Amino acid sequence: MGKLTFKGGVHPYEGKELSKNRQIEKYLPKGEMVYPLSQHIGAPSAACVNKGDRVLVGQKIAEANGFVSVPLHASVSGVVKGIEKRLTATGGMADSIIIENDQQYEEVEFHGADLSALSREDIISRIREGGVVGMGGAGFPTHVKLSPKEPDKIEYVLVNGAECEPYLTSDYRRMLEEPEKVVAGLEVILKLFDHAKGYICIEDNKPDCIEKMKKLIKDHPRMEVKELMTKYPQGGERTLIYAATGREINSSMLPADAGCVVDNIDTVVAVYKAVILGRPVMSRIVTVTGDAIAEPRNFTVLTGTNMEELIDAAGGLKNNTAKVISGGPMMGFAMYDLHVPCVKTTSAFLCLEHDAVSESKKHATACINCGRCVSICPGRVLPARLATLAERGDMAGFEKMNGMECCECGCCSYICPAKRPLTQSIKSMRKMVLASRKKK
Amino acid sequence: MEQKYNVSSNPHVRDAMTTSRIMQLVVIALLPATLFGIWNFGFRALLVVAVTVLSSVMFEWIYDKLMHKPNTITDFSAVVTGLLLALNMPPQIPLWMPVLGSAFAIIVVKQLFGGLGQNFMNPALAGRCFLMISFAGKMTDFAVSDGFRGAVDTVTGATPLAALKVQGFIEGTSVPVKNLFFGNIQGTIGETSALAILIGAVILLAFKVIDLKIPLTYIGSFTVFVIIYMLCTGMGFNGNYLLSHLFGGGLMLGAWFMATDYVTTPITFKGQLVYGCCLGVVTAVFRLFGGSAEGVSYAIIFCNLLVPLIEKATYPVAFGKGGKKS
Ligand code: SF4
Ligand code: SF4
Repeated sequence: MGKLTFKGGVHPYEGKELSKNRQIEKYLPKGEMVYPLSQHIGAPSAACVNKGDRVLVGQKIAEANGFVSVPLHASVSGVVKGIEKRLTATGGMADSIIIENDQQYEEVEFHGADLSALSREDIISRIREGGVVGMGGAGFPTHVKLSPKEPDKIEYVLVNGAECEPYLTSDYRRMLEEPEKVVAGLEVILKLFDHAKGYICIEDNKPDCIEKMKKLIKDHPRMEVKELMTKYPQGGERTLIYAATGREINSSMLPADAGCVVDNIDTVVAVYKAVILGRPVMSRIVTVTGDAIAEPRNFTVLTGTNMEELIDAAGGLKNNTAKVISGGPMMGFAMYDLHVPCVKTTSAFLCLEHDAVSESKKHATACINCGRCVSICPGRVLPARLATLAERGDMAGFEKMNGMECCECGCCSYICPAKRPLTQSIKSMRKMVLASRKKK
Repeated sequence: MEQKYNVSSNPHVRDAMTTSRIMQLVVIALLPATLFGIWNFGFRALLVVAVTVLSSVMFEWIYDKLMHKPNTITDFSAVVTGLLLALNMPPQIPLWMPVLGSAFAIIVVKQLFGGLGQNFMNPALAGRCFLMISFAGKMTDFAVSDGFRGAVDTVTGATPLAALKVQGFIEGTSVPVKNLFFGNIQGTIGETSALAILIGAVILLAFKVIDLKIPLTYIGSFTVFVIIYMLCTGMGFNGNYLLSHLFGGGLMLGAWFMATDYVTTPITFKGQLVYGCCLGVVTAVFRLFGGSAEGVSYAIIFCNLLVPLIEKATYPVAFGKGGKKS
């Protein structure tokens, strides 16, 4: 059997060697902690503490606000300094709870549980109370994902360990250093779906993880390790489902429609901690890397930690840094200011000495119709044509040519020899289409 | 203290390939055929190549200047157009003709339709066809010169394809297939050596400038058509006849370098296969039933016009939109 994969995709420079052999280190923050109320998709959480309150590690500081929402927890002990607007990594200002860290790390009492004693409802509610969201970057509340209409129709639980984004090594380190937590988390999720098999999906550029995981699950009859071809965007939800199960979903379907549930490595670990240990999401692994970073690292970071501190802890930025990205180079956000907090979905800070985007502008030409964008598009659409329609503002034509099937992976912009900002054009048109659909 | 960094939409990395690098690679891949042509036809061929390329670049530059547009000669596409046009010229052509052809290719076919990427016909071929229609005599004058090193059909003295059209393949008098393959025969400057063109094709394939879809479907469907023709006309299968068709005219240069021109081919996977097949059939029809021995240039120009149609008919099924499910 050949390696599992999908049609299309690209092979950007991986850059993983910078940080891949760095053990995860715990970073303890020094300055004030900032907790944006919206670290997930859905309604922002509602603050439930007031200025002047003293909070403990693990204490709930904001409540879920509706079903598609999650609560938020303090990751340090200290006094609430206020609730103010603060800059976030995506470039906007967001209401945030500010806590002065007293460095005591005094914890609330966590209530662990025995999996065999928990019902389906118990598990879901513990996941929700733990504030677990998709930590691969999407930030969709996990308890919602794990509550499909017909749980018995779920046949596969896919743990996404592809980590196809270049430079990122947090999932890699996690699988290497704490694989048992991944397996424990998967066990919890499998308990929700009686008819499902659990697949741990890993790209073949991580043979050590594959081997470790295989050894660890050999006594779990419902679990399997799936080796995927190393290729971007192998870890995209749709491409991953296709590679692992051969099923396809389009933009208007959910993974559950193909009998699948997909969760990223860190999310699965968060599920384990929330359900079994009773510990909410208070930290995550963040890769601080790139050629502009003196000593690339993988840190366990408390949510709310200021990013500037983390970069200093990794030896600081070189003087000629051109670009700082929250996340990976393909899907991440470029930031103009480093003074932003780590949130539940922050997977990496990537600092680069060269900005390929601005440098590529001097090579920009008109589209030469070379077809490269078409041949690599995992959504199997025609990026060159869609971008032209988008630039013209032709919404009807855009939808007719399947513009909504673009998964915004960025491959087309990456590959285009004419250096057209294809993804950007297509993305903004998709936003407009979604907005106009909402209006209707 | 505020440090500011570049901000842009994702993705933040870019592939190293650029438009001008692609064009440069095409030029490099055309060099074997160019050098062979110069060796085969002598100094005169060099002159034609130089004049055609220079005039193409010059017209591009002048147009940009006059229209106050950014200078586009650095993208090398005008060099490619000029070189392809030159390789499609007979070596004895009066020099004003390729200059006229360049002007037509660059200004009328390419720039007036909006510049790079907007032309619906291959500019070099359109330039050639323009010259053929206007000055048929000069464009088909393949009289041998002093510098010529090749073999000639001992009876007719015509190009191998023209001779083939009149009398079929005659063992002994027709130009041997070996010559057709190596290229020491009459023809336009760049089309004679299948070997040199194939070396160039390997370069294009190795650097992923083109893939096999169009050339193989083109050559394949052409071959099938010729075989059917041979069998139906009672000629019987004749390997030399077939090989003369494959290597004797403009097919190789056309299939590898001109049918693969990005701008004038469908962008879809299936569309490229359909386009290649159309080319093969149309070329064969032109050659076997048409008035002239050659058919490649007209066939490509003709199929260029079908491209929008082919593309529309071969629009891909998006991921998850009812494709095969396993
Ligand atoms: S990759 Fe760029 S140049 Fe090539 S067809 Fe797509 S948009 Fe045009
Ligand atoms: S069109 Fe969308 S799905 Fe296709 S390559 Fe571009 S960003 Fe990716």
